[in-house]
Amino acid sequence: MSATSVPGGAERIRQGSSIGQPLTRRDGPLKVTGRARFAADHLPPGTLHAALCVARIAKGRVTGLDLAAAEAHPGVVAVMTPGNAPKLARHPDQKDGPFVFRLDLLQDSAVRYANQPVAVVIAETLEAATEGARLLAPRYEAESPRIGLDAGTVFTPPAIGVGEPPEEGRGDVEAGLGAAARTVAATYETAAQYHNAMEPHAAVAVWDGDRLTLHTPSQGMAMAQGRLAGLFGIRPEDIHIESPYLGGGFGSKGMVSGPQVLACMAARLVGRPVKLVATRAQMYGPMGHRAPTRQTLRLGADPDGKLTALDHHTLTASSAFDDFFEPSGGVSLTLYASPAIAVRHEAVRLDTGTPLFMRAPGEASGSVALESAVDELAQACGLDPLAFRLANYAEVEPISGRPFSSKALRECYRQGAERFGWAGRPLQPRQMRDADGLLVGWGMGTATFPALMFEGNARAELRADGTGTVELGAHDMGQGAWTALAQIAADGLGIPLERLTFRMGASNLPNAGIAGGSGHTATAGGAIHAAGLDIIGQLADLATNDAASPLYGAGNAGVEARGGRLYRRDDESRSERFEEILARAGRASLSGQGKASADPAAQKAYAMHAHGAVFAEVKVDPDLGQMRVTRLVGAFAAGRIINPRLVTSQYYGGMIWGVSFALHEHAAMDPRTGRFLNDNLAAYHVPVNADTPAMEAILVHEDDAVVNALGVKGVGEIGITGTTGAIANAVWHATGIRVREFPITLDKLLG
Amino acid sequence: MNLFEYTRATSLGEAVAAAQKPGAAYLAGGTNLLDLMKGGIAAPAHLVDITRLPGLSAIERLPDGGTRIGALVRNSDLANDPDFAETYPMVAEALLSGASAQLRNAATAGGNLLQRTRCEYFYDPASPCNKRAPGAGCAAIGAATRIHAVQGWSEHCIATNPSDFCVPLAALSAIVEIAGPQGSRTVPLTAFHCLPGAQPERETALGAGELITALVLPPEAAAFARNARYLKVRDRTSYAFAVVSAAAALTLDAGRIVEGRLALGGIALKPWRVAEAEAALAGRRPTPETYAAAARLALAGAEPTGAANAFKVELARRVAARALALAAAGTPARMPALPASPFGLA
Amino acid sequence: MTIPIRLTLNGHSQDIVLDDPRITLLDLLRERLDLTGAKKGCDRGQCGACTVIVDGRRINACLALAASLDGADILTIEGLAEGDALHPVQQAFLNHDGFQCGFCTPGQIMSAVGLIREGQAGTDPERIREGMSGNLCRCGAYAGILEAVREAALAPGRSEDAA
Repeated sequence: MSATSVPGGAERIRQGSSIGQPLTRRDGPLKVTGRARFAADHLPPGTLHAALCVARIAKGRVTGLDLAAAEAHPGVVAVMTPGNAPKLARHPDQKDGPFVFRLDLLQDSAVRYANQPVAVVIAETLEAATEGARLLAPRYEAESPRIGLDAGTVFTPPAIGVGEPPEEGRGDVEAGLGAAARTVAATYETAAQYHNAMEPHAAVAVWDGDRLTLHTPSQGMAMAQGRLAGLFGIRPEDIHIESPYLGGGFGSKGMVSGPQVLACMAARLVGRPVKLVATRAQMYGPMGHRAPTRQTLRLGADPDGKLTALDHHTLTASSAFDDFFEPSGGVSLTLYASPAIAVRHEAVRLDTGTPLFMRAPGEASGSVALESAVDELAQACGLDPLAFRLANYAEVEPISGRPFSSKALRECYRQGAERFGWAGRPLQPRQMRDADGLLVGWGMGTATFPALMFEGNARAELRADGTGTVELGAHDMGQGAWTALAQIAADGLGIPLERLTFRMGASNLPNAGIAGGSGHTATAGGAIHAAGLDIIGQLADLATNDAASPLYGAGNAGVEARGGRLYRRDDESRSERFEEILARAGRASLSGQGKASADPAAQKAYAMHAHGAVFAEVKVDPDLGQMRVTRLVGAFAAGRIINPRLVTSQYYGGMIWGVSFALHEHAAMDPRTGRFLNDNLAAYHVPVNADTPAMEAILVHEDDAVVNALGVKGVGEIGITGTTGAIANAVWHATGIRVREFPITLDKLLG
Repeated sequence: MNLFEYTRATSLGEAVAAAQKPGAAYLAGGTNLLDLMKGGIAAPAHLVDITRLPGLSAIERLPDGGTRIGALVRNSDLANDPDFAETYPMVAEALLSGASAQLRNAATAGGNLLQRTRCEYFYDPASPCNKRAPGAGCAAIGAATRIHAVQGWSEHCIATNPSDFCVPLAALSAIVEIAGPQGSRTVPLTAFHCLPGAQPERETALGAGELITALVLPPEAAAFARNARYLKVRDRTSYAFAVVSAAAALTLDAGRIVEGRLALGGIALKPWRVAEAEAALAGRRPTPETYAAAARLALAGAEPTGAANAFKVELARRVAARALALAAAGTPARMPALPASPFGLA
Repeated sequence: MTIPIRLTLNGHSQDIVLDDPRITLLDLLRERLDLTGAKKGCDRGQCGACTVIVDGRRINACLALAASLDGADILTIEGLAEGDALHPVQQAFLNHDGFQCGFCTPGQIMSAVGLIREGQAGTDPERIREGMSGNLCRCGAYAGILEAVREAALAPGRSEDAA
């Protein structure tokens, strides 16, 4: 495998010139001028404002609301409660398909978690709606909530994540541990985390009879249509969702949340457009979160530092009323070679909102535990952490024995270590100080994320004037779909970007699948690529069967499309402009369709993952414990890179999430009440600019002919994996203190 | 936010008169008051906007060598006033370590003294709180939180004061000028904030309808210009309240400390200044042992409210000792890039 | 209770009658004047997405009462470009990919304009990081933001920047 680090050299798919170019964002001018309209920026004529009234208990029921006070507040138009909420066609607890989560939509007085909506106040102004909601002052019958991993009854869930088995393994772990020369057994705890996209979940709902128009951020418009259609008893195609820009999603906007549906119900109740924007605090509950975990790892190694056993047990939590189980152990199935692997998940049920996918669900929380434990074992073996990982490099996927479709992880280790300057790192902790006397530590972690694909569709048109259109219901939550997918589209049609009209972000376009699992570029891009192939195939048929064309008879030699011309593959001197081909054929335009999904045969035969290596430097005040990540180098191999500028940004973003996971994020609840202590951005810390280290992301070249037609693996989530562990390991290296409870806060380093 | 009546006062007299109405509150920078109103913690019936009052926006050097800071001087203007920052560097450093640039641009000097505690339970109207509803009880007691006090708390309230600005002001013996229906008066900053005792609802020395008009730094405060630092330990590098902070100021002569000042933040409901700790500095050599001794005295009698904040006692000792060492090393010629941070001190 | 105020909004004087004393500057801009560039990320002064420049200073519009701003000169993201010519800070954010989802971006850009006017940070990375720390970016575009501010800090001044 070649080792070009910056992907200008990415080989082209066809002869187009867009893929691989570091274009700036095509939606950028709108976003830097404030003209990009996010959902909450819409205010159709006659819109009323709605505000949520949410429960301040975690378990029990609402026994009363001061309706009179709210209704008497000037400007309040209506109060929506279980007493008058529009009847739904289907109970929101009823599951009618995969990825359907139970919602709290004012069907009864029960309270299942803190911040659950219990009423909606609709008013002429935002100020009146907000105060009206406060004036409702609910009265409750409260029960003791179950909060914290020790609060519930432990059970084995039937499935974890998106349907994976809770227990997997191979070999005899106990025998492997028994035979090991060195073992490590340690328990790591990760905190509950909340997505906290900067854009709160907003919904502007407009009904026209039984047709609904909804401005709302969505990572999965088609699924949202389906869910809403089921709830309201209308046809999915009668629901039009506009979601051109998401102000971040990170998983929280994958499934439509309760408050977004409540906006639609409120609009129906009052017969006017309604705008409902959850407050920041109201996002802690009904919009999902990353569940807390307690992970116990037992590892053994032989005298050479080769793993003899890897046992990864996860205890996590779901809500009392629905299922989502953080699949933390998954990383242990695929990352390191071990003759014996056991991965088990158990769970408790708590009186919280239901957990959900959150950027690298399972991989992020599992990676920090695994990378910490691997570091502890490397230390026990007296080996450099990188050498230890290389000694346990998985040449095939450990759990399945399948070959990898591609795996440039060795190259990631090599390039990352070289750029970071890893060589010469002292094995023992607390050996390095900077000029100011701060402790310095270096740590590393392996990054990994599966290459996923969903099902997506696209349509394309090529016109007689040489311009083209590609459109699909894709989603841009910041990853750069407006740009990267347009690059794929331009290449797919063989035209320059300037001649392309590209549309996405609305539900009346072909279903492009969910933007999640780092699979959107592969899925939506694959559909676009296929639609382009469809059109170029038609065009080639016209040209090669037309005696007047220089391409006549190209037949088996085939043609290539680029720059608005079709070229004979075996003779570049023979080509023709699209316009000429279409004019002679008397065609105003050609239409194409494309579809993409994972190839089951390839999935069966190959393991498909992106990989990376992250190196971290931290500085810690030896007396005060305050710490700072000062340097991060990540080297990632994720197949073909469509746009290196955007991909670099994705890696940086993921790595900053790694900083956040390691040092900051922690949703705190009072176990006595189940209410949050920090459901706000002042106390729920995420990194600020001053927490951002000097960063470098190396884009390691990787060709993959198997993973999908484009050879892309996805880059949105891998950056958080590896990074969190690298930072934790660096903190240990700086201080000699192994913190196993995340986030690592200064009080844990005071000694 | 409740509906309120809004009055824009154009003179001090007009403001004080307007504030006689029941449920009145003064509005200046609004960065804390509006936040509290949005949270349903404060619900004034009448807002008296004092941002246009004349004569409260100046930083004046007084003939006696002291400095008078108008109550409406914005935090950022004060911190970035070159003469002020040079004379009272740890005050500027404390200001610049607080909140964000946007908030410092809006928040006023007087308002900074009046910001309310960040106790999670004070901020949650569903929790009992003796500050909000006297006699209701204190939900913070028994909670596993780090924010709470290790000095000066009572069985009725364990909250802390979140201000950075007040910590060096306390160390420099600042005076608070107050106007009200009964005329003007002054209160030492160290007596301005009340410890909770049995009446946590009583937070400051301000009486009904009174407002802060100025802060005065006495002449001797300028003597510490060359050896004064503010150090703030936080859970993220910026835009975070102090876990623990300290303001330390020294005058040095011939290898000895002539006078030392030391106040701590984040550990009590007021800036924590201990006379014995300062006395232990006077006449001593500026050594780690001296700082440690003073820090021990500053934390004398400290008691955590639970396991979660127990670390703050030792941390506060270390922060105090470090701040003294930094002060002895000398005020930096230029404000550090990360004010009051352990990182990049040079 | 109605409160008349006059604002200079992106260079234009505008008389506004507030029908509610509770209206913040942010809600005035977003819900009543269709200036939706400034964003509401927290409404509590904790994220910076609503940053605008009032009388030459960057502030959080969510914690400013509109009634109290009578006579103020307000610059929002909509008033920054001159026609199609982007402000140097806007251009620098594009050049350095100083955003991903774009939601916090108007606030980041107005904050950067304010920071550069304040003149305290220059091109020192650490001072820029600190000076931009009142603007959260959950996508983690901070590295690009830093580079954008460094570049813009070196750009020749614009007429309104002298104000």
